[in-house]
Amino acid sequence: MDALSGVFDFSDYGALLSLVRNTLWAGLLLGLVGGLVGVFVVSRDLPFAVHGISELSFAGGAAALLVGVDVVTGSLVGSLLAATLFGVLGARARDHNSAVGVLMPFGLGLGVLFLSLYEGRASNKFGLLTGQVVAVADVQLAALAGIAVVVLAALAVLWRPLLFASLDADVAQARGVPVGLLAPAFTLVLGLAVAMSVQVVGALLVLALLVTPAAAAVRVSSSPVVVPLLSVAFATTSMVGGTLVALGTTIPISPFVTTISFLIYLVCRLVARLRRPADRPAAPAVPSPAPEPATR
Amino acid sequence: MSAPSTHRGRAGGAAPPSGTPALRLRGAGLAFGARALWSGLDLDVAPGEFVAVLGANGAGKSSLLKAVLGQQRLSAGAVEVAGRPVRRGSRDVGYVPQQKGVPVDLPLRARDFVRLGLDGHRWGLPLPSRAARAAVDRVLADVGATAYSDEPVGRLSGGEQQRLRVAQAVVGDPALLLCDEPLLSLDLHHQRAVSALVDASRRRTGAAVLFVTHDVNPVLPYADRVLYLAAGRFRVGPPEEVMTSATLSELYGSPVEVLRSGGRVLVAGAAATPDHPHEEVS
Repeated sequence: MDALSGVFDFSDYGALLSLVRNTLWAGLLLGLVGGLVGVFVVSRDLPFAVHGISELSFAGGAAALLVGVDVVTGSLVGSLLAATLFGVLGARARDHNSAVGVLMPFGLGLGVLFLSLYEGRASNKFGLLTGQVVAVADVQLAALAGIAVVVLAALAVLWRPLLFASLDADVAQARGVPVGLLAPAFTLVLGLAVAMSVQVVGALLVLALLVTPAAAAVRVSSSPVVVPLLSVAFATTSMVGGTLVALGTTIPISPFVTTISFLIYLVCRLVARLRRPADRPAAPAVPSPAPEPATR
Repeated sequence: MSAPSTHRGRAGGAAPPSGTPALRLRGAGLAFGARALWSGLDLDVAPGEFVAVLGANGAGKSSLLKAVLGQQRLSAGAVEVAGRPVRRGSRDVGYVPQQKGVPVDLPLRARDFVRLGLDGHRWGLPLPSRAARAAVDRVLADVGATAYSDEPVGRLSGGEQQRLRVAQAVVGDPALLLCDEPLLSLDLHHQRAVSALVDASRRRTGAAVLFVTHDVNPVLPYADRVLYLAAGRFRVGPPEEVMTSATLSELYGSPVEVLRSGGRVLVAGAAATPDHPHEEVS
Protein backbone atom coordinates (compact mmCIF):
# COMPACT_ATOMS: atom_id res chain seq x y z
CA MET A 1 0.00 0.00 0.00
CA ASP A 2 2.96 2.32 0.51
CA ALA A 3 3.69 2.26 -3.18
CA LEU A 4 0.15 3.36 -3.90
CA SER A 5 0.06 6.08 -1.28
CA GLY A 6 3.09 7.56 -2.98
CA VAL A 7 1.19 7.64 -6.24
CA PHE A 8 -2.18 8.97 -5.07
CA ASP A 9 -2.34 12.25 -3.18
CA PHE A 10 -5.56 14.21 -3.34
CA SER A 11 -4.72 16.66 -0.50
CA ASP A 12 -4.20 19.77 -2.66
CA TYR A 13 -6.83 18.83 -5.19
CA GLY A 14 -8.58 22.19 -5.29
CA ALA A 15 -5.36 24.07 -5.99
CA LEU A 16 -4.33 21.55 -8.63
CA LEU A 17 -7.68 21.78 -10.37
CA SER A 18 -7.07 25.37 -11.40
CA LEU A 19 -3.75 24.32 -12.91
CA VAL A 20 -5.37 21.81 -15.22
CA ARG A 21 -8.17 23.98 -16.51
CA ASN A 22 -6.57 23.83 -19.95
CA THR A 23 -6.26 20.06 -19.81
CA LEU A 24 -9.95 19.75 -19.02
CA TRP A 25 -10.87 21.96 -21.96
CA ALA A 26 -8.57 19.91 -24.16
CA GLY A 27 -10.32 16.80 -22.86
CA LEU A 28 -13.71 18.16 -23.82
CA LEU A 29 -12.50 19.07 -27.30
CA LEU A 30 -10.89 15.69 -27.79
CA GLY A 31 -13.95 13.87 -26.53
CA LEU A 32 -16.12 15.76 -29.01
CA VAL A 33 -13.80 15.23 -31.98
CA GLY A 34 -12.76 11.67 -31.09
CA GLY A 35 -16.30 10.54 -30.40
CA LEU A 36 -17.63 11.83 -33.73
CA VAL A 37 -14.71 10.79 -35.92
CA GLY A 38 -14.76 7.41 -34.17
CA VAL A 39 -18.22 6.63 -35.51
CA PHE A 40 -16.80 6.54 -39.03
CA VAL A 41 -13.55 4.89 -37.97
CA VAL A 42 -15.60 2.01 -36.62
CA SER A 43 -18.13 1.81 -39.43
CA ARG A 44 -15.51 2.11 -42.18
CA ASP A 45 -13.28 -0.43 -40.47
CA LEU A 46 -10.33 1.93 -40.07
CA PRO A 47 -8.92 1.31 -36.55
CA PHE A 48 -5.68 0.02 -38.01
CA ALA A 49 -5.32 3.16 -40.13
CA VAL A 50 -5.78 5.25 -36.97
CA HIS A 51 -2.95 3.37 -35.35
CA GLY A 52 -0.74 3.85 -38.39
CA ILE A 53 -1.43 7.57 -38.65
CA SER A 54 -0.73 8.04 -34.96
CA GLU A 55 2.74 6.47 -35.30
CA LEU A 56 3.64 8.86 -38.09
CA SER A 57 2.15 11.68 -36.11
CA PHE A 58 4.46 10.64 -33.27
CA ALA A 59 7.44 10.68 -35.65
CA GLY A 60 6.47 14.19 -36.74
CA GLY A 61 6.18 15.37 -33.16
CA ALA A 62 9.52 13.80 -32.28
CA ALA A 63 11.18 15.47 -35.24
CA ALA A 64 9.73 18.80 -34.16
CA LEU A 65 11.07 18.27 -30.65
CA LEU A 66 14.51 17.52 -32.05
CA VAL A 67 14.78 20.57 -34.28
CA GLY A 68 13.10 22.74 -31.69
CA VAL A 69 9.87 23.75 -33.44
CA ASP A 70 6.34 23.49 -32.14
CA VAL A 71 5.35 19.88 -31.35
CA VAL A 72 1.73 20.34 -32.39
CA THR A 73 2.87 21.47 -35.81
CA GLY A 74 5.24 18.54 -36.05
CA SER A 75 2.67 15.91 -35.24
CA LEU A 76 0.14 17.65 -37.46
CA VAL A 77 2.54 17.45 -40.39
CA GLY A 78 3.29 13.79 -39.63
CA SER A 79 -0.42 13.00 -39.40
CA LEU A 80 -1.39 14.71 -42.63
CA LEU A 81 1.54 13.16 -44.44
CA ALA A 82 0.43 9.72 -43.28
CA ALA A 83 -3.19 10.41 -44.24
CA THR A 84 -2.11 11.54 -47.70
CA LEU A 85 0.11 8.49 -48.16
CA PHE A 86 -2.71 6.14 -47.16
CA GLY A 87 -5.03 7.97 -49.53
CA VAL A 88 -2.54 7.50 -52.38
CA LEU A 89 -1.57 3.93 -51.56
CA GLY A 90 -5.02 2.49 -51.10
CA ALA A 91 -8.50 3.85 -51.36
CA ARG A 92 -10.22 0.78 -49.98
CA ALA A 93 -9.89 -0.53 -46.43
CA ARG A 94 -8.40 -3.76 -47.70
CA ASP A 95 -5.57 -1.97 -49.53
CA HIS A 96 -5.24 0.38 -46.58
CA ASN A 97 -4.25 -2.36 -44.22
CA SER A 98 -1.07 -3.44 -45.94
CA ALA A 99 -0.11 0.18 -46.64
CA VAL A 100 -0.59 0.97 -42.96
CA GLY A 101 1.33 -2.13 -41.96
CA VAL A 102 4.25 -0.98 -44.07
CA LEU A 103 4.28 2.65 -42.97
CA MET A 104 3.61 2.18 -39.28
CA PRO A 105 6.89 0.53 -38.22
CA PHE A 106 8.77 3.00 -40.40
CA GLY A 107 7.13 5.92 -38.62
CA LEU A 108 7.68 4.43 -35.22
CA GLY A 109 11.33 3.76 -36.05
CA LEU A 110 11.84 7.35 -37.19
CA GLY A 111 10.18 8.63 -34.04
CA VAL A 112 12.41 6.54 -31.81
CA LEU A 113 15.46 7.79 -33.71
CA PHE A 114 14.48 11.43 -33.28
CA LEU A 115 13.75 10.94 -29.59
CA SER A 116 17.07 9.23 -28.92
CA LEU A 117 18.86 12.14 -30.59
CA TYR A 118 16.85 14.66 -28.55
CA GLU A 119 18.57 15.82 -25.38
CA GLY A 120 15.82 17.84 -23.74
CA ARG A 121 13.43 16.94 -20.93
CA ALA A 122 12.59 13.26 -20.69
CA SER A 123 8.91 13.96 -19.96
CA ASN A 124 8.64 15.60 -23.37
CA LYS A 125 9.89 12.41 -24.99
CA PHE A 126 7.67 10.15 -23.01
CA GLY A 127 4.66 12.39 -23.45
CA LEU A 128 4.45 11.93 -27.19
CA LEU A 129 4.11 8.20 -26.82
CA THR A 130 2.08 7.80 -23.67
CA GLY A 131 0.50 11.17 -23.06
CA GLN A 132 0.86 14.32 -20.99
CA VAL A 133 1.24 14.27 -17.26
CA VAL A 134 -1.28 17.05 -16.87
CA ALA A 135 -0.39 20.45 -18.16
CA VAL A 136 -1.55 21.78 -21.50
CA ALA A 137 -0.17 25.22 -22.34
CA ASP A 138 -2.39 28.06 -23.55
CA VAL A 139 -0.77 28.01 -26.97
CA GLN A 140 -1.29 24.30 -27.27
CA LEU A 141 -4.94 24.58 -26.26
CA ALA A 142 -5.48 27.26 -28.87
CA ALA A 143 -3.94 25.01 -31.52
CA LEU A 144 -6.14 22.09 -30.44
CA ALA A 145 -9.22 24.29 -30.56
CA GLY A 146 -8.29 25.48 -34.04
CA ILE A 147 -7.92 21.93 -35.34
CA ALA A 148 -11.13 20.89 -33.62
CA VAL A 149 -13.07 23.63 -35.39
CA VAL A 150 -11.75 22.46 -38.77
CA VAL A 151 -12.59 18.81 -38.02
CA LEU A 152 -16.10 19.59 -36.78
CA ALA A 153 -16.85 21.83 -39.74
CA ALA A 154 -15.63 19.17 -42.19
CA LEU A 155 -17.69 16.48 -40.47
CA ALA A 156 -20.79 18.65 -40.51
CA VAL A 157 -20.49 18.97 -44.29
CA LEU A 158 -19.43 15.40 -45.07
CA TRP A 159 -21.65 13.54 -42.61
CA ARG A 160 -24.61 12.38 -44.68
CA PRO A 161 -22.84 11.42 -47.94
CA LEU A 162 -20.06 9.81 -45.90
CA LEU A 163 -22.63 7.67 -44.11
CA PHE A 164 -24.12 6.72 -47.49
CA ALA A 165 -20.72 5.89 -48.99
CA SER A 166 -19.77 3.89 -45.89
CA LEU A 167 -22.94 1.84 -46.31
CA ASP A 168 -22.60 1.08 -50.01
CA ALA A 169 -20.15 2.94 -52.22
CA ASP A 170 -21.77 1.68 -55.45
CA VAL A 171 -25.26 2.85 -54.60
CA ALA A 172 -23.94 6.14 -53.23
CA GLN A 173 -22.01 6.67 -56.44
CA ALA A 174 -25.08 5.86 -58.52
CA ARG A 175 -26.87 8.56 -56.54
CA GLY A 176 -24.15 11.08 -57.37
CA VAL A 177 -22.08 10.98 -54.19
CA PRO A 178 -18.43 11.72 -55.08
CA VAL A 179 -17.21 8.55 -53.43
CA GLY A 180 -13.71 8.88 -54.85
CA LEU A 181 -13.28 12.21 -53.07
CA LEU A 182 -14.98 11.34 -49.81
CA ALA A 183 -12.56 8.61 -48.79
CA PRO A 184 -9.40 10.73 -48.98
CA ALA A 185 -11.27 13.71 -47.50
CA PHE A 186 -12.22 11.64 -44.49
CA THR A 187 -8.68 10.28 -44.15
CA LEU A 188 -7.44 13.88 -43.88
CA VAL A 189 -10.07 14.65 -41.23
CA LEU A 190 -8.90 11.53 -39.44
CA GLY A 191 -5.32 12.75 -39.66
CA LEU A 192 -6.28 16.01 -37.96
CA ALA A 193 -8.15 14.20 -35.20
CA VAL A 194 -5.20 11.89 -34.60
CA ALA A 195 -2.76 14.81 -34.42
CA MET A 196 -4.97 16.36 -31.72
CA SER A 197 -5.20 13.15 -29.74
CA VAL A 198 -1.46 12.44 -29.85
CA GLN A 199 -0.88 15.72 -28.00
CA VAL A 200 -2.81 14.58 -24.96
CA VAL A 201 -3.11 10.80 -24.78
CA GLY A 202 0.04 9.95 -26.74
CA ALA A 203 0.54 8.03 -29.95
CA LEU A 204 0.21 4.57 -28.46
CA LEU A 205 -3.18 5.23 -26.90
CA VAL A 206 -5.00 7.21 -29.55
CA LEU A 207 -7.24 4.23 -30.28
CA ALA A 208 -8.79 4.59 -26.83
CA LEU A 209 -10.24 7.89 -27.98
CA LEU A 210 -10.90 7.31 -31.67
CA VAL A 211 -12.16 3.73 -31.56
CA THR A 212 -13.24 2.50 -28.13
CA PRO A 213 -16.01 5.07 -27.43
CA ALA A 214 -17.64 4.59 -30.85
CA ALA A 215 -17.24 0.82 -30.68
CA ALA A 216 -18.98 0.90 -27.30
CA ALA A 217 -21.77 3.13 -28.61
CA VAL A 218 -22.64 0.86 -31.56
CA ARG A 219 -23.06 -2.01 -29.08
CA VAL A 220 -25.99 -0.36 -27.40
CA SER A 221 -27.66 1.55 -30.24
CA SER A 222 -28.04 1.58 -34.00
CA SER A 223 -29.61 4.98 -34.31
CA PRO A 224 -27.51 7.30 -36.46
CA VAL A 225 -28.37 10.08 -34.01
CA VAL A 226 -27.94 8.27 -30.69
CA VAL A 227 -24.65 6.56 -31.58
CA PRO A 228 -22.65 9.76 -32.25
CA LEU A 229 -24.08 11.36 -29.09
CA LEU A 230 -23.21 8.34 -26.96
CA SER A 231 -19.79 8.08 -28.54
CA VAL A 232 -19.04 11.72 -27.70
CA ALA A 233 -20.36 11.22 -24.17
CA PHE A 234 -18.14 8.16 -23.68
CA ALA A 235 -15.04 9.82 -25.12
CA THR A 236 -15.55 12.95 -23.06
CA THR A 237 -16.17 10.99 -19.89
CA SER A 238 -12.97 9.04 -20.48
CA MET A 239 -10.92 12.16 -21.15
CA VAL A 240 -12.22 14.40 -18.40
CA GLY A 241 -12.56 11.54 -15.93
CA GLY A 242 -9.04 10.39 -16.68
CA THR A 243 -7.69 13.90 -16.19
CA LEU A 244 -9.47 14.38 -12.86
CA VAL A 245 -8.17 11.09 -11.47
CA ALA A 246 -4.65 11.60 -12.82
CA LEU A 247 -4.55 14.96 -11.06
CA GLY A 248 -4.21 13.27 -7.71
CA THR A 249 -1.34 11.11 -8.92
CA THR A 250 2.10 11.28 -10.42
CA ILE A 251 1.03 9.12 -13.35
CA PRO A 252 0.26 10.47 -16.85
CA ILE A 253 -3.44 10.73 -17.68
CA SER A 254 -3.43 8.10 -20.42
CA PRO A 255 -3.73 4.94 -18.28
CA PHE A 256 -6.78 6.43 -16.61
CA VAL A 257 -8.30 7.54 -19.91
CA THR A 258 -7.80 4.14 -21.47
CA THR A 259 -9.09 2.29 -18.42
CA ILE A 260 -12.27 4.35 -18.17
CA SER A 261 -12.76 4.01 -21.91
CA PHE A 262 -12.30 0.25 -21.71
CA LEU A 263 -14.66 -0.10 -18.74
CA ILE A 264 -17.36 1.80 -20.64
CA TYR A 265 -16.88 -0.58 -23.55
CA LEU A 266 -17.24 -3.60 -21.26
CA VAL A 267 -20.40 -2.22 -19.73
CA CYS A 268 -21.86 -1.58 -23.19
CA ARG A 269 -21.12 -5.12 -24.29
CA LEU A 270 -22.77 -6.39 -21.15
CA VAL A 271 -25.83 -4.20 -21.69
CA ALA A 272 -26.09 -5.44 -25.27
CA ARG A 273 -25.85 -9.04 -24.10
CA LEU A 274 -28.55 -8.56 -21.48
CA ARG A 275 -30.88 -6.61 -23.74
CA ARG A 276 -30.68 -8.89 -26.76
CA PRO A 277 -31.44 -12.47 -26.02
CA ALA A 278 -30.70 -14.76 -28.94
CA ASP A 279 -34.14 -14.21 -30.46
CA ARG A 280 -32.76 -12.56 -33.53
CA PRO A 281 -29.37 -13.96 -34.39
CA ALA A 282 -27.14 -11.76 -36.50
CA ALA A 283 -27.70 -12.49 -40.16
CA PRO A 284 -24.82 -13.96 -42.11
CA ALA A 285 -23.21 -11.28 -44.26
CA VAL A 286 -24.09 -13.15 -47.43
CA PRO A 287 -26.72 -15.86 -47.39
CA SER A 288 -25.75 -19.09 -48.97
CA PRO A 289 -26.68 -18.99 -52.64
CA ALA A 290 -29.50 -21.34 -53.45
CA PRO A 291 -28.76 -23.77 -56.25
CA GLU A 292 -30.94 -23.17 -59.26
CA PRO A 293 -30.34 -26.23 -61.40
CA ALA A 294 -33.21 -25.48 -63.72
CA THR A 295 -31.51 -22.40 -65.12
CA ARG A 296 -28.53 -24.23 -66.46
CA MET B 1 -44.00 22.47 -49.04
CA SER B 2 -43.24 20.14 -51.88
CA ALA B 3 -42.29 17.29 -49.65
CA PRO B 4 -40.31 14.49 -51.21
CA SER B 5 -43.08 12.58 -52.92
CA THR B 6 -46.13 13.06 -50.77
CA HIS B 7 -48.29 11.57 -53.47
CA ARG B 8 -48.05 8.47 -55.55
CA GLY B 9 -46.47 8.57 -58.93
CA ARG B 10 -43.60 10.53 -60.35
CA ALA B 11 -42.38 13.34 -58.18
CA GLY B 12 -38.66 12.90 -58.62
CA GLY B 13 -37.59 15.33 -61.30
CA ALA B 14 -39.78 17.55 -63.39
CA ALA B 15 -42.37 15.30 -64.97
CA PRO B 16 -41.36 14.45 -68.52
CA PRO B 17 -43.91 15.17 -71.22
CA SER B 18 -46.22 12.23 -71.68
CA GLY B 19 -44.99 9.86 -74.34
CA THR B 20 -41.34 10.44 -73.42
CA PRO B 21 -39.70 7.06 -72.88
CA ALA B 22 -38.19 6.50 -69.44
CA LEU B 23 -35.06 5.25 -71.19
CA ARG B 24 -33.99 5.84 -74.76
CA LEU B 25 -30.92 4.35 -76.39
CA ARG B 26 -30.11 5.46 -79.92
CA GLY B 27 -27.38 3.75 -81.91
CA ALA B 28 -25.67 3.03 -78.62
CA GLY B 29 -22.42 1.13 -78.73
CA LEU B 30 -19.76 0.32 -76.22
CA ALA B 31 -16.27 -0.89 -77.04
CA PHE B 32 -13.14 -1.29 -75.00
CA GLY B 33 -10.32 -0.86 -77.47
CA ALA B 34 -10.94 -3.18 -80.37
CA ARG B 35 -13.38 -5.29 -78.38
CA ALA B 36 -16.98 -4.26 -79.01
CA LEU B 37 -19.43 -5.30 -76.29
CA TRP B 38 -22.44 -4.28 -78.30
CA SER B 39 -23.26 -1.68 -80.93
CA GLY B 40 -26.20 -0.21 -82.77
CA LEU B 41 -28.45 -0.62 -79.75
CA ASP B 42 -31.78 1.15 -80.17
CA LEU B 43 -34.15 0.76 -77.27
CA ASP B 44 -37.09 2.77 -75.95
CA VAL B 45 -38.39 1.72 -72.56
CA ALA B 46 -41.82 3.18 -71.82
CA PRO B 47 -42.81 4.35 -68.35
CA GLY B 48 -43.99 1.36 -66.35
CA GLU B 49 -42.37 -1.13 -68.70
CA PHE B 50 -40.32 -4.03 -67.34
CA VAL B 51 -37.32 -5.02 -69.47
CA ALA B 52 -35.16 -7.95 -68.41
CA VAL B 53 -31.54 -7.77 -69.55
CA LEU B 54 -30.03 -11.19 -70.11
CA GLY B 55 -26.81 -12.51 -71.53
CA ALA B 56 -23.61 -14.29 -70.75
CA ASN B 57 -21.00 -12.99 -68.33
CA GLY B 58 -18.93 -10.35 -70.06
CA ALA B 59 -21.65 -9.60 -72.61
CA GLY B 60 -21.84 -6.06 -71.33
CA LYS B 61 -24.92 -6.12 -69.11
CA SER B 62 -23.26 -4.27 -66.26
CA SER B 63 -21.58 -1.85 -68.67
CA LEU B 64 -25.00 -1.03 -70.06
CA LEU B 65 -26.19 -0.14 -66.57
CA LYS B 66 -23.05 1.95 -65.99
CA ALA B 67 -23.74 3.82 -69.22
CA VAL B 68 -27.31 4.54 -68.10
CA LEU B 69 -25.95 5.70 -64.72
CA GLY B 70 -23.64 8.10 -66.53
CA GLN B 71 -20.59 6.32 -65.14
CA GLN B 72 -19.53 4.86 -68.46
CA ARG B 73 -19.25 6.92 -71.63
CA LEU B 74 -20.71 5.26 -74.71
CA SER B 75 -18.38 4.69 -77.66
CA ALA B 76 -21.20 5.59 -80.00
CA GLY B 77 -24.78 6.79 -79.89
CA ALA B 78 -26.77 8.44 -77.14
CA VAL B 79 -28.67 7.51 -74.01
CA GLU B 80 -31.44 9.54 -72.42
CA VAL B 81 -33.34 9.05 -69.20
CA ALA B 82 -36.77 10.69 -68.98
CA GLY B 83 -35.96 12.76 -72.03
CA ARG B 84 -32.67 14.14 -70.71
CA PRO B 85 -29.12 13.05 -71.52
CA VAL B 86 -27.79 10.87 -68.72
CA ARG B 87 -25.67 12.42 -65.99
CA ARG B 88 -24.11 11.08 -62.86
CA GLY B 89 -26.33 10.94 -59.81
CA SER B 90 -29.54 11.68 -61.68
CA ARG B 91 -32.62 11.84 -59.46
CA ASP B 92 -34.51 10.11 -62.26
CA VAL B 93 -32.69 6.83 -61.70
CA GLY B 94 -33.09 4.40 -58.79
CA TYR B 95 -30.41 1.76 -58.43
CA VAL B 96 -30.84 -1.67 -56.83
CA PRO B 97 -27.49 -3.48 -56.48
CA GLN B 98 -26.88 -7.11 -55.72
CA GLN B 99 -27.12 -8.34 -52.18
CA LYS B 100 -23.95 -7.89 -50.17
CA GLY B 101 -23.00 -7.59 -46.55
CA VAL B 102 -23.64 -4.37 -44.65
CA PRO B 103 -20.85 -3.11 -42.32
CA VAL B 104 -21.99 -4.49 -38.96
CA ASP B 105 -20.85 -1.49 -36.95
CA LEU B 106 -22.60 1.05 -39.12
CA PRO B 107 -25.24 2.81 -37.01
CA LEU B 108 -28.19 2.50 -39.35
CA ARG B 109 -31.68 1.13 -38.83
CA ALA B 110 -33.82 -0.07 -41.71
CA ARG B 111 -35.58 3.30 -41.89
CA ASP B 112 -32.29 5.21 -41.97
CA PHE B 113 -31.07 2.91 -44.72
CA VAL B 114 -34.10 3.73 -46.85
CA ARG B 115 -33.88 7.44 -46.12
CA LEU B 116 -30.40 7.61 -47.62
CA GLY B 117 -32.10 6.90 -50.95
CA LEU B 118 -34.03 10.12 -50.47
CA ASP B 119 -31.33 12.56 -49.40
CA GLY B 120 -28.13 10.60 -48.75
CA HIS B 121 -26.39 12.40 -51.60
CA ARG B 122 -26.84 15.83 -50.03
CA TRP B 123 -24.08 17.47 -48.01
CA GLY B 124 -24.65 18.23 -44.37
CA LEU B 125 -26.33 16.54 -41.46
CA PRO B 126 -29.49 14.42 -41.82
CA LEU B 127 -31.93 16.54 -39.86
CA PRO B 128 -35.28 15.10 -38.85
CA SER B 129 -37.98 15.83 -41.41
CA ARG B 130 -41.62 14.92 -41.13
CA ALA B 131 -42.03 14.69 -44.90
CA ALA B 132 -38.99 12.42 -45.26
CA ARG B 133 -40.24 10.24 -42.45
CA ALA B 134 -43.65 9.90 -44.06
CA ALA B 135 -42.14 9.01 -47.42
CA VAL B 136 -39.86 6.42 -45.80
CA ASP B 137 -42.70 4.92 -43.75
CA ARG B 138 -44.83 4.58 -46.85
CA VAL B 139 -42.14 2.83 -48.87
CA LEU B 140 -41.29 0.56 -45.93
CA ALA B 141 -44.94 -0.49 -45.86
CA ASP B 142 -44.93 -1.00 -49.63
CA VAL B 143 -42.03 -3.46 -49.45
CA GLY B 144 -43.39 -5.17 -46.34
CA ALA B 145 -40.55 -4.02 -44.10
CA THR B 146 -42.55 -2.13 -41.50
CA ALA B 147 -42.10 -4.89 -38.94
CA TYR B 148 -38.35 -4.39 -38.86
CA SER B 149 -38.14 -0.71 -39.69
CA ASP B 150 -36.26 0.06 -36.45
CA GLU B 151 -33.94 -2.94 -36.58
CA PRO B 152 -30.22 -2.42 -37.27
CA VAL B 153 -29.64 -3.18 -40.96
CA GLY B 154 -26.61 -5.32 -40.20
CA ARG B 155 -28.79 -7.76 -38.27
CA LEU B 156 -31.32 -8.34 -41.04
CA SER B 157 -31.25 -11.30 -43.39
CA GLY B 158 -30.10 -11.02 -46.99
CA GLY B 159 -33.67 -11.14 -48.25
CA GLU B 160 -34.78 -8.44 -45.83
CA GLN B 161 -31.84 -6.26 -46.80
CA GLN B 162 -32.73 -6.69 -50.45
CA ARG B 163 -36.29 -5.51 -49.78
CA LEU B 164 -34.78 -2.44 -48.18
CA ARG B 165 -32.56 -1.86 -51.23
CA VAL B 166 -35.65 -1.83 -53.43
CA ALA B 167 -37.27 0.60 -50.99
CA GLN B 168 -34.14 2.78 -50.99
CA ALA B 169 -34.18 2.89 -54.80
CA VAL B 170 -37.87 3.77 -55.15
CA VAL B 171 -38.24 6.22 -52.26
CA GLY B 172 -37.08 9.09 -54.48
CA ASP B 173 -39.74 8.24 -57.09
CA PRO B 174 -37.37 7.61 -60.00
CA ALA B 175 -38.51 7.40 -63.61
CA LEU B 176 -36.25 4.41 -64.15
CA LEU B 177 -35.33 1.58 -61.81
CA LEU B 178 -32.01 -0.07 -62.61
CA CYS B 179 -31.68 -3.50 -61.04
CA ASP B 180 -28.18 -4.99 -61.20
CA GLU B 181 -28.49 -8.71 -60.42
CA PRO B 182 -30.56 -8.00 -57.28
CA LEU B 183 -31.49 -11.68 -56.96
CA LEU B 184 -27.93 -12.95 -56.80
CA SER B 185 -27.20 -14.98 -53.66
CA LEU B 186 -30.86 -14.97 -52.57
CA ASP B 187 -32.75 -18.21 -52.08
CA LEU B 188 -35.59 -19.07 -54.44
CA HIS B 189 -38.26 -17.77 -52.09
CA HIS B 190 -36.58 -14.38 -51.76
CA GLN B 191 -35.81 -14.23 -55.49
CA ARG B 192 -39.53 -14.47 -56.15
CA ALA B 193 -40.39 -12.01 -53.40
CA VAL B 194 -37.91 -9.36 -54.57
CA SER B 195 -38.94 -9.77 -58.24
CA ALA B 196 -42.59 -9.36 -57.28
CA LEU B 197 -41.65 -6.31 -55.22
CA VAL B 198 -39.92 -4.63 -58.15
CA ASP B 199 -42.94 -5.42 -60.31
CA ALA B 200 -45.35 -3.99 -57.73
CA SER B 201 -43.20 -0.86 -57.41
CA ARG B 202 -43.23 -0.13 -61.12
CA ARG B 203 -46.99 -0.66 -61.29
CA ARG B 204 -47.53 1.68 -58.36
CA THR B 205 -45.16 4.45 -59.41
CA GLY B 206 -45.05 4.07 -63.17
CA ALA B 207 -41.29 3.73 -63.13
CA ALA B 208 -39.72 1.75 -65.95
CA VAL B 209 -37.55 -1.20 -64.93
CA LEU B 210 -34.28 -2.38 -66.47
CA PHE B 211 -33.56 -5.63 -64.69
CA VAL B 212 -30.18 -7.29 -65.25
CA THR B 213 -30.23 -10.95 -64.32
CA HIS B 214 -28.48 -14.15 -65.35
CA ASP B 215 -31.65 -16.14 -64.73
CA VAL B 216 -34.82 -15.06 -66.48
CA ASN B 217 -37.17 -17.32 -64.55
CA PRO B 218 -37.82 -15.23 -61.43
CA VAL B 219 -38.74 -12.22 -63.61
CA LEU B 220 -40.46 -14.15 -66.39
CA PRO B 221 -43.97 -13.43 -65.05
CA TYR B 222 -43.25 -9.68 -65.08
CA ALA B 223 -40.94 -8.98 -68.01
CA ASP B 224 -42.71 -7.18 -70.86
CA ARG B 225 -39.60 -7.49 -73.00
CA VAL B 226 -36.21 -9.13 -72.92
CA LEU B 227 -32.97 -7.56 -74.07
CA TYR B 228 -30.62 -10.45 -74.74
CA LEU B 229 -26.94 -9.54 -75.20
CA ALA B 230 -24.54 -12.10 -76.64
CA ALA B 231 -21.51 -12.30 -78.88
CA GLY B 232 -21.51 -8.57 -79.53
CA ARG B 233 -25.08 -8.66 -80.77
CA PHE B 234 -28.49 -8.36 -79.14
CA ARG B 235 -32.16 -9.16 -79.52
CA VAL B 236 -35.05 -7.23 -78.04
CA GLY B 237 -38.58 -8.47 -77.85
CA PRO B 238 -41.24 -10.18 -75.78
CA PRO B 239 -39.84 -13.11 -73.79
CA GLU B 240 -41.76 -15.68 -75.83
CA GLU B 241 -40.12 -14.36 -79.01
CA VAL B 242 -36.57 -13.92 -77.74
CA MET B 243 -36.35 -16.97 -75.54
CA THR B 244 -36.63 -19.47 -78.36
CA SER B 245 -34.16 -21.98 -79.77
CA ALA B 246 -34.17 -20.27 -83.15
CA THR B 247 -33.55 -16.73 -81.89
CA LEU B 248 -30.86 -17.60 -79.38
CA SER B 249 -29.11 -19.99 -81.79
CA GLU B 250 -28.94 -17.21 -84.33
CA LEU B 251 -27.77 -14.73 -81.71
CA TYR B 252 -25.00 -16.96 -80.43
CA GLY B 253 -24.18 -18.32 -83.85
CA SER B 254 -24.23 -21.83 -82.44
CA PRO B 255 -26.95 -24.31 -81.58
CA VAL B 256 -28.85 -23.37 -78.45
CA GLU B 257 -31.90 -25.19 -77.19
CA VAL B 258 -34.57 -23.43 -75.18
CA LEU B 259 -36.79 -25.77 -73.20
CA ARG B 260 -40.01 -24.83 -71.47
CA SER B 261 -41.11 -26.81 -68.50
CA GLY B 262 -43.71 -25.97 -65.89
CA GLY B 263 -43.64 -22.28 -66.74
CA ARG B 264 -39.88 -22.15 -66.50
CA VAL B 265 -37.44 -21.51 -69.30
CA LEU B 266 -34.30 -23.59 -69.55
CA VAL B 267 -31.54 -22.50 -71.88
CA ALA B 268 -29.37 -25.44 -72.88
CA GLY B 269 -26.31 -25.48 -75.08
CA ALA B 270 -22.79 -24.71 -73.94
CA ALA B 271 -22.55 -21.20 -75.32
CA ALA B 272 -25.80 -20.14 -73.76
CA THR B 273 -25.06 -21.37 -70.29
CA PRO B 274 -24.74 -17.96 -68.73
CA ASP B 275 -22.40 -18.80 -65.90
CA HIS B 276 -20.26 -21.23 -67.78
CA PRO B 277 -16.73 -19.86 -67.40
CA HIS B 278 -15.34 -21.56 -70.50
CA GLU B 279 -17.95 -20.17 -72.77
CA GLU B 280 -17.91 -16.53 -71.78
CA VAL B 281 -18.83 -14.30 -74.65
CA SER B 282 -16.03 -11.82 -74.52
